[in-house]
Amino acid sequence: MNWSLILSNTVRSGITQTAIIYILAAIGMNLHVGYTGLMNFGQVGFMAAGAYGVGISTYTYDLPLGVGILIGLLCGFLLALLLGMPTLRLRSDYLGIVTIAAAEILRLVVRYQKLKDWSGGTNGINGFADSFQAWNPLSSSAKYGFEIGPLNLRFTGGDLWEIGIGWSLVLISVLIMWRLVNSPWGRVLKSIREDENAARAMGKNIFRFKMQSLIAGGLFGTVAGMFFAIANNSVQPDNYSRPFTFFALTIAILGGLGRVWGPVIGGVIFWMLLSGIENLLKEGVANDKIPQSIMDGVQVGQVRFMLVGLGLMALMVFRPQGIFGDKREIAIDVRK
Amino acid sequence: MSASDEANLGSTAGGGGASKVRDTDWGNPAEHFFDGVAEVPGSAKTDPVLIARGVQRHFGGLTAVDVDHLEIQKGAITALIGPNGAGKTTFFNLLSGFDRPDGGEVTFQGDTITNVAPHLLAKRGMVRTFQLTKVLGKLSVLENMKLGAQLQSGESMMKALLKPIWRNQEKAVEAKALVILDEFNMVHMKDEFAGALSGGQRKLLEMARSMMTDPKVIMLDEPMAGVNPALTQSLLGHVKRMRSQGISVVFVEHDMDVVRDISDWVVVMAEGIVVAEGRASSVGANPAVIDAYLGTSHTSLTDGGDQ
Repeated sequence: MNWSLILSNTVRSGITQTAIIYILAAIGMNLHVGYTGLMNFGQVGFMAAGAYGVGISTYTYDLPLGVGILIGLLCGFLLALLLGMPTLRLRSDYLGIVTIAAAEILRLVVRYQKLKDWSGGTNGINGFADSFQAWNPLSSSAKYGFEIGPLNLRFTGGDLWEIGIGWSLVLISVLIMWRLVNSPWGRVLKSIREDENAARAMGKNIFRFKMQSLIAGGLFGTVAGMFFAIANNSVQPDNYSRPFTFFALTIAILGGLGRVWGPVIGGVIFWMLLSGIENLLKEGVANDKIPQSIMDGVQVGQVRFMLVGLGLMALMVFRPQGIFGDKREIAIDVRK
Repeated sequence: MSASDEANLGSTAGGGGASKVRDTDWGNPAEHFFDGVAEVPGSAKTDPVLIARGVQRHFGGLTAVDVDHLEIQKGAITALIGPNGAGKTTFFNLLSGFDRPDGGEVTFQGDTITNVAPHLLAKRGMVRTFQLTKVLGKLSVLENMKLGAQLQSGESMMKALLKPIWRNQEKAVEAKALVILDEFNMVHMKDEFAGALSGGQRKLLEMARSMMTDPKVIMLDEPMAGVNPALTQSLLGHVKRMRSQGISVVFVEHDMDVVRDISDWVVVMAEGIVVAEGRASSVGANPAVIDAYLGTSHTSLTDGGDQ
C-alpha cells in the first residue's frame, strides 16, 4: 500500500480545481437554498451559461477572453431573470421544477449536433482560453510547492496558477457573501426563507429580493462554470448535467446551510472523502488487500459513492445541521 | 434617519417608562368618537380611516364576503366579530391587500388601495398580524424587530455591500427596536430565536414588530387566540396603548369578553355580510347578532315551546 500516494491524492483533491469549482457553485446554492429558501435545482444551468458564454464568444466569435468573461456573466444574469420572472411569484417548488428543466434544456441545446459550428455540439469547445495560461507569471511546466513527510504538495506552474486564481475567487465570494448576509438585505432574505407573508406584511417587496438572490447566487454558479471552462481550456456539454447540481447541494448541506463558510469546508471535506476512499480502495485492490470477489478496479468508482452516501446519511442522522450549523435551528423546525 | 423617524422614536421612547404598569388607565381618546353614530350596518363615522364599498369575494359559487358599506373610525379600536365561517378573515385579507376583491373598492385615508400590493400598504402605514402567528423562527427576537423598520438603505443589495452607508441607520433601528421591545417587556429575550418563544410570546413579538413600521392602522387577526388568560390581560393593555398613541386598531376576535373589554366599536359579520354595528355594550342585545350566533331557529323554538 502506497500510503504517501493515498494521503497526497486525498489532500490534493480537497484543494485543487475540481473542489474549487464545486465550492463556488455551492456558495451560490447556499444563498438560494440556505438563506432565501429558493429551491434551485439547476445551478449547473448557470454554470453552463457562464462556460458557454465565455466559450462561444471567444471561440466562435473570436472575442478576447476578458470580453468573453463579461459576456459569460451577462448570460448568467439573463438566465436568472428568465427563470425568475415566471416562477418567483409562485411557490418555491415550482422554481425547483423550472430550474432543473432549464438546466437540462440548456445542455441539450448546446450539445445539439446541428449547432456544431456555433456551440461545438457533443465535442464541446476546446482551446479558447490559451490567453489564461499566457497571463501566468509562473513557468507552466516547472514544479512548485513542497513535501511534508509523506504529503506531496508539488504542483506544476500551470496548475498552481489555476488553483491560486480559483481560491482567490472563493475568498472574494465568501467575503461578498459575508457582507451580504449580515446586512439588512440579508435579514430580509432570511425572513423570506422563514415566512414570506410575514416579510410582505412588514413592507418588503418579496419578488424583488427573491430575484436579487436568484441573480446573485446564479452569478456565483456562473463564475464557477467560467472557471471550470477556462481552467480546462475546454467546455464539454455533458459535464453540465444534473449530478453536478446535486453534488453542489450536498456540499452546501454538508458544510451547513445558511453558514458563510459552510460550502467551503463542505467542499473540501466532500472531495477529500471521495478521493480518499477511492484511493484507498484502488490501492487495496491493486495490492490484493481487497479480494476480487468483492470488487475489482473497475468497481471502485461505484463503491466509493456508496460509501460516501452512507457517510452522508450518517451525518444527516447524527448532525442534521451540517458541520457548521446550529442544532437549535433544527429544533425550531421540529416545533413548527 | 429622517426627521419624522426621530420624532417617532421620541414618542415611543416617551411611552416606555409608563409601560411597566400593566393594564393601567391609558385613557380612552376614542371615548366620544362614536357619539351620535347610528348603530346600524354601514353607518357613517365622524372620521373614517378605512372605507369598504361593495367589497365582494367569491370562491367558486360561494360568496365569502359581500360588504356593502363599512367605515372604520380613525384612532379607535374596532372589533370584527362573527361566528365561524362568517368571512372575517377573508374580509381582513381583502382590507390588508393579501387578497384581491372580485368587486368593490377599499379606501385608506382617502386613497383607493383595492389593487395595491400588501408590501406597499405596509409602507403607507397599514400593518397586519396573522391568525397563525408568523414569527421568523430562525431569526433572533431583535432581528425580527429590525425587519419591521421601513426605508432601510441597507436593504438595497448594492448598498448592503458597503456597511458604512447603513451602519448609523442600523444603530438607530436597533435603538428603536429596543425601546419597543421594552414597552412589550421583551428586552430580556432579544437574543433568543423567535422560534423558541411560547405561543403567547410570539403574539407579543408579532405586535411589537408591527409597531416598528410606525403604523397608522394596525390589523390584528385573532390576537388572543391560544393565549393564556394572564397574558391576554397584558396583550389587551398593549392594544389600548396603541390606541393611546393615535393608532387605529382593527381586530378579529372570538372571545366576547375581550371584545367587550377593549372595543370602542363592534362590527358583526355573518355569512359574508355585515349584520350589525354598534358599541360593545349594546351590540350583544341586537337581534341580528343573536341570530347570527345562535341561528334564526331559536325564535321558532321558543315560539314552539310557548304554543
